Amino acid sequence: MWTNRPGTEYVWFNNVETAPGQGYPRRWSDQERWRGGWELDRRGRLRLRAGGRVKKLLTIFSNPDLPSLDDFYEPWTYDYETLVTAPLSDRDPVARPHSQITGQPMDVQWGPNWDEGLAGGPEHAIADPHLADIQEQVRMTYEQAFLFFLPRICEHCLNPSCVASCPSGAMYKREEDGIVLVDQDRCRGWRFCVSGCPYKKVYFNHRTGKAEKCTLCYPRIEMGQPTICSETCVGRIRYLGLVLYDADRVEAAASVPDPQDLLGAQRSVFLDPEDPAVQAAARAEGIPGDWLDAARRSPVYDLAIRWGVALPLHPEFRTLPMVWYVPPLSPVVGTLEADGYEADPDDVFGAIDHLRIPLEYLANLLAAGDVEVVRGVLHRLACMRAHMRKREVLGEEDGSLAQHAGMTAAELERMYRLLAIANYEDRYVIPQAHAELGERLMQQQGTCGLDFAGGPGNCGAVEARPDTSSPVVPVEGEDFHLVDLLSREEHRGA
Amino acid sequence: MSAGEVLLWIIFPYVAIATFLVGHWWRYRTDQFGWTSGSTQLFERKILGWAGPAFHYGALAAVGGHVIGLMIPKSFTEAVGMSESTYRWFSAIAGAVAGAVCVVGFAGLVYRRATNARVRRTTSRTDLAVYFLLVVLIGLGCWMTFGHNLLTKSPYDYRDSVSAWWRSLFILQPDVDAVQDANTVYQVHAIVAWAFWALFPFSRLVHAWSIPLQYLGRPYVLYRRRYAASR
Repeated sequence: MWTNRPGTEYVWFNNVETAPGQGYPRRWSDQERWRGGWELDRRGRLRLRAGGRVKKLLTIFSNPDLPSLDDFYEPWTYDYETLVTAPLSDRDPVARPHSQITGQPMDVQWGPNWDEGLAGGPEHAIADPHLADIQEQVRMTYEQAFLFFLPRICEHCLNPSCVASCPSGAMYKREEDGIVLVDQDRCRGWRFCVSGCPYKKVYFNHRTGKAEKCTLCYPRIEMGQPTICSETCVGRIRYLGLVLYDADRVEAAASVPDPQDLLGAQRSVFLDPEDPAVQAAARAEGIPGDWLDAARRSPVYDLAIRWGVALPLHPEFRTLPMVWYVPPLSPVVGTLEADGYEADPDDVFGAIDHLRIPLEYLANLLAAGDVEVVRGVLHRLACMRAHMRKREVLGEEDGSLAQHAGMTAAELERMYRLLAIANYEDRYVIPQAHAELGERLMQQQGTCGLDFAGGPGNCGAVEARPDTSSPVVPVEGEDFHLVDLLSREEHRGA
Repeated sequence: MSAGEVLLWIIFPYVAIATFLVGHWWRYRTDQFGWTSGSTQLFERKILGWAGPAFHYGALAAVGGHVIGLMIPKSFTEAVGMSESTYRWFSAIAGAVAGAVCVVGFAGLVYRRATNARVRRTTSRTDLAVYFLLVVLIGLGCWMTFGHNLLTKSPYDYRDSVSAWWRSLFILQPDVDAVQDANTVYQVHAIVAWAFWALFPFSRLVHAWSIPLQYLGRPYVLYRRRYAASR
């Protein structure tokens, strides 16, 4: 679904921002400012950070926590017409930027990925909220600067604060696949989902007056296809798979007192697809066999749970987000040798603490500040890299690295294949939706059940209007008639 | 009773009521997607921050005042022992506060819409019509509350005239006599109000019916099945 439509020009369902940097919208992760997500009240119970139901209704006429357009950016286009209509002149014509909001010429002051690749240097990057408690160690000098890219889509959280913030009840999480959607017909434009989402991944379409968000390309997911952002990722770094979880344990997991325990709590909500008891319970719930099979082969279960090398973005927001990130191994900084460390390509462990990207930064992003968690993941990844290097480059079989990583050599190599070879069928294990019954129901919607080939017709009913709140809208020409088709073929033959 | 009076005090109100009812039925059936508050907070938040709540809370209080003034007959307040003077001061002071808050908020919103290019561009022709009617209604309303009730020695008794006619419409026995000699300001206010109600279902004012009170008694996280009937 594209966002170049009127009303969504400023919207990016999927954006890739530079870290360190301000992000999109600017400083989105600073919840002191935006008050998104959940927090615990004095009695340790979960509540929305922006306030409860009564406060929401009382502030409905002006949402105090809503970012303004300038926090995203004012979208613009160029006056391309000038380039072809300008009169003959000594000087080249210039296409000036025009605001897509007001139509007026504008001075572009900020835009999408304005600070990409540390552009603007210290001025912009240092305003990154993740740097707040590590300013001392971070120098924006060329020798010590670091950057990596952070792709962001909707997290499709287990405990979505946007859904909880919507007064109209227009937002919902789908029971079958956990995708979080906005019912466009029931949305009344109260805007609390926009401010309630700590990732700022619900957007207000100012033309339609309705909220919109990443749909995880559900029509593709239902057909067993990966999302567009995954399919088109040239780096092949996106993985899609399903995990089984116990929805009744979500609230307790999101309520653990220490934010650094949230990662473990969230992992404990997931169910082991190899466990016979889990399989039996899933079958009893009516989860189809091919879904259970897909759960066993899920790359997400491997990365996030079985191997534990993927971490959730900002677990401290307590939404139990479901887009997980494998933290990047980065080059060792040049100052190492000055620290008395001798560069040895196989001594990966000493190097973890000297990576170009500070562990504290990654920990602020992915582990509620818990550096040990990040260190553990990077350690495991470094072991994998060293193990494969020994095997492939030096021709040595060395089981000790796998031991260090706490895995078997076979598992370590399987992890390598998934991360480095990243075959299409390994990255995306997406079972098709079981819509057999639902589809039949949909086709009959608005008919009297007599509208089939050779039947008595549609009983004089008006044409069925597709239910626009339904995820499955019949496509025009979908119900072609085989008989018509065959008779046409006959004509062509004759 | 002249033809003009029948038109103004009987036909026009009933046409407006019919348009209001049928318009809402039609809009609700066919235009759920267009049913929205039409917020422009994304474009401008500073003025809206005070003007939006002031206008809405003032308007809601004014609606409450109208409910009391129009729907509760004088005989009822007298029966419960409320003197004319008590009622007058209650309605005048409460009405003046609500009117003042509403006017301040409304002025802020109009200023914001007129001066902020981003907001101005979103203004539709229906919005302009609504704004025009609101200017007239709020202006006359405040004139009546301040000029004919709060700041006068001889307050105008609308409960025996305009209110009686308004109630009579709903029991299908329009009492034109009660209104035809009423104070002109009250008459104009009433007629413009019927135009306002007729326009209501076709404007973004419909978001008023969507005050999400059900939120107060709802679980936070909602789940939906893709095919509700598939099980």
